[in-house]
Amino acid sequence: MLGKTANGLFWMYRALERAENTARLIETGQRIALTRMGASDEEWRSVLQTAGALDGYIAGHETVTKDAAIDWLLRSRDNPSSVLSCVEQARLNARLVRTALTGEVWEAMNGTYMRVKEVLARKVSERDLPQVLGMIRQRTGLVRGATHGTMLRNDIYDFARIGTFLERADNTARIIDVKYYVLLPSVTAVGTSIDNVQWETILRSVSGQGGYRMEYGASTEPRDIAQFLILNRRMPRSLAFCARKLRDNLGFLGSDYGERAASYAKIDHIDRAYLSFDIDAVFDYGLHEFIQKMLLLLGDLGRQIEVDYRFYE
Amino acid sequence: MNDQVYFDEMLGTEGKVRRPYQSFNTWFEAEEPKHLRAKQREAEDLFRLTGITFNVYGRAEAEERLIPFDIIPRIISGREWQKLSRGIEQRVRAINAFLYDIYHGQEIVKAGRLPEEMIARNDAFLPEMIGMRPPGGVYTHIVGIDLVRTGPDEFYVLEDNARTPSGVSYMLENRETMLQMFPELFLENRVQPVSTYPGDLYNSLAACAPEGLGRKPTVGLLTPGIYNSAYFEHSFLADEMGVELVEGHDLRVEDGRLCMRTTLGYKPIDVLYRRVDDDFLDPLTFNPDSALGVPGVMDVYRAGNLTIANAPGTGIADDKAIYSYMPEIVEFYTGERPLLENVPTWRCSDKESLAYVLDNLKELVVKEVHGSGGYGMLIGPTASKKELAEFRKKLEARPGNYIAQPTLSLSTVPIFTKSGLAPRHVDLRPYVLVSPKGINITPGGLTRVALKKGSLVVNSSQGGGTKDTWVLED
Repeated sequence: MLGKTANGLFWMYRALERAENTARLIETGQRIALTRMGASDEEWRSVLQTAGALDGYIAGHETVTKDAAIDWLLRSRDNPSSVLSCVEQARLNARLVRTALTGEVWEAMNGTYMRVKEVLARKVSERDLPQVLGMIRQRTGLVRGATHGTMLRNDIYDFARIGTFLERADNTARIIDVKYYVLLPSVTAVGTSIDNVQWETILRSVSGQGGYRMEYGASTEPRDIAQFLILNRRMPRSLAFCARKLRDNLGFLGSDYGERAASYAKIDHIDRAYLSFDIDAVFDYGLHEFIQKMLLLLGDLGRQIEVDYRFYE
Repeated sequence: MNDQVYFDEMLGTEGKVRRPYQSFNTWFEAEEPKHLRAKQREAEDLFRLTGITFNVYGRAEAEERLIPFDIIPRIISGREWQKLSRGIEQRVRAINAFLYDIYHGQEIVKAGRLPEEMIARNDAFLPEMIGMRPPGGVYTHIVGIDLVRTGPDEFYVLEDNARTPSGVSYMLENRETMLQMFPELFLENRVQPVSTYPGDLYNSLAACAPEGLGRKPTVGLLTPGIYNSAYFEHSFLADEMGVELVEGHDLRVEDGRLCMRTTLGYKPIDVLYRRVDDDFLDPLTFNPDSALGVPGVMDVYRAGNLTIANAPGTGIADDKAIYSYMPEIVEFYTGERPLLENVPTWRCSDKESLAYVLDNLKELVVKEVHGSGGYGMLIGPTASKKELAEFRKKLEARPGNYIAQPTLSLSTVPIFTKSGLAPRHVDLRPYVLVSPKGINITPGGLTRVALKKGSLVVNSSQGGGTKDTWVLED
């Protein structure tokens, strides 16, 4: 496979995952705004921050308002992480690697692009927002489903998965990074109602309310949320889960190509040194410091993958 | 000129359905127009979803556009096709022999059949190719011959495309679309398949690999990149052949071989099907400003370690000034009378011809010698007074830059419009593959159709569309 093709696959699936995550963050922000009295524009600031889009937003806007924030996240071409930018980027990369994709994956991707472009051509009204966000999640799910159902399990698939899980891990880490303080062991035994809103926000951002209840029961505990998002191996958006998937796929590449690359050693180290203990170890390390470290390590892993598989000259 | 009677391939000149169209016509008459209109829209959606688009140069707003597709097939009988393909084969054989000669002994010049300045002062002639024998002795691996028809048995070659002919993906996708939309038509008509083309192309390219490789050759398709107008076709063909689609920055020369950057390091390519112009192949040899090419690739080629398809320098054979000598060229190398007619051509570099052309500008089609895609041409009968006057000035300033041809009464084939069938002018580009194993012509080709009533310009860049082209088994 060409290094360029590996690069294109990696970024196609990264962008697709990011589009979906951004849509989910908007959904969460909207939900909180609708159900909690007095939810402030401060909440949208933290959504922007989680999406990695706050600096760009501030450069072009004087204040954080709900409408402007949603528009920036959804359809601004100046925001490289907006849903529209991500879907366009995913589709551009899909065109680049067209020969590596099955017809069904390409058509799902192209159809997603056509639909998203059409729907996001104009500002989305409050009334249409739920449907639009739902459509984006469905469409990105369709591409993933076509990928899962029709692609050979070879190096092409590995790079697609690596892009997906690196982006997902990064996204989950950013969600925790922005809200880490509400997950710290509280001085009071019972969470305040503000804490409850924040906890709900976190779980919704990873579509994890149902899963959390199955694993930990009905009462929401910050310690359990941290465990769920960081170390739970059944939760498909947890850091530990994503790291395992990354290790698996980098491992498959290693056996396919007959040699393990440096990136494999890096993900193996991340998993063993940071994600194989219990949550107390994370709190002992310092939750904020831990997440900062994870973000750093994930960034470094991405760069190593580029080098190992000759993405660029 | 609106009163002129054109030969219609479905209805002839007297409105009687011609034989190849009879079965189709029966089907068509039984169809609901409303149903067909829905099918026409369905076809467009299908093309858009599949991403069969092209980029128009010089139009930023139209990033990707569809070439309009018309659902009425263009039907050619097996007998007509046999005759055509014999003529095409003869012509392609002659073009290859001509290219070998031009870059070796130039016997045709010595024999006085072609003026020397046609070669020496031609930009398409590449001195780098002198004395070089490409692997397998093949220059034009892939050729597209543009044909027009003026009557039941009258075909003319309008243009030879010997560099990097495009459009073959439309031939294939048009058929796929028709098969999907009207399967019943293919039960009633025995249409020769075109889907063998990608496999034939691969085999043909592989058969031209450098000799003595001792392993299965690696083929790569070189594209200028995602913003090229034909990028869809490049990725489509690479996909169908199962070969890598490479750009200049994926390639480099290592240990005397052309190599591509893979996830496992640099790996050699033996056959490069390039869809870039000569100028952009090798910045060391040709255009030093080119970011598209691969420095040193021409050295690999000259050392015999690489096949480039089509070979550099083949443009000399499809130059419009050379075109006017094609009857002589065919006769010189095959010893036979040309089976396919050339359109009579006035070379404006010639004083008498220029005078004739200027006197009859309103009746003629004038083309730039090196132009392509229908740009920079004048169609006398439909041009305005202002356009005629402007072109007259251009002709007088640089006569050698132009040729002129009579306006042919191009045949028509009906298209499907809101008010039913309506005749529109068409041309045909069959695709020809050349290898040491022989010449392979896919039965069919790309039919381009001028969608505007009365228009003779079929180019997609000028609002033309395409049709599925059927060759029947008789």
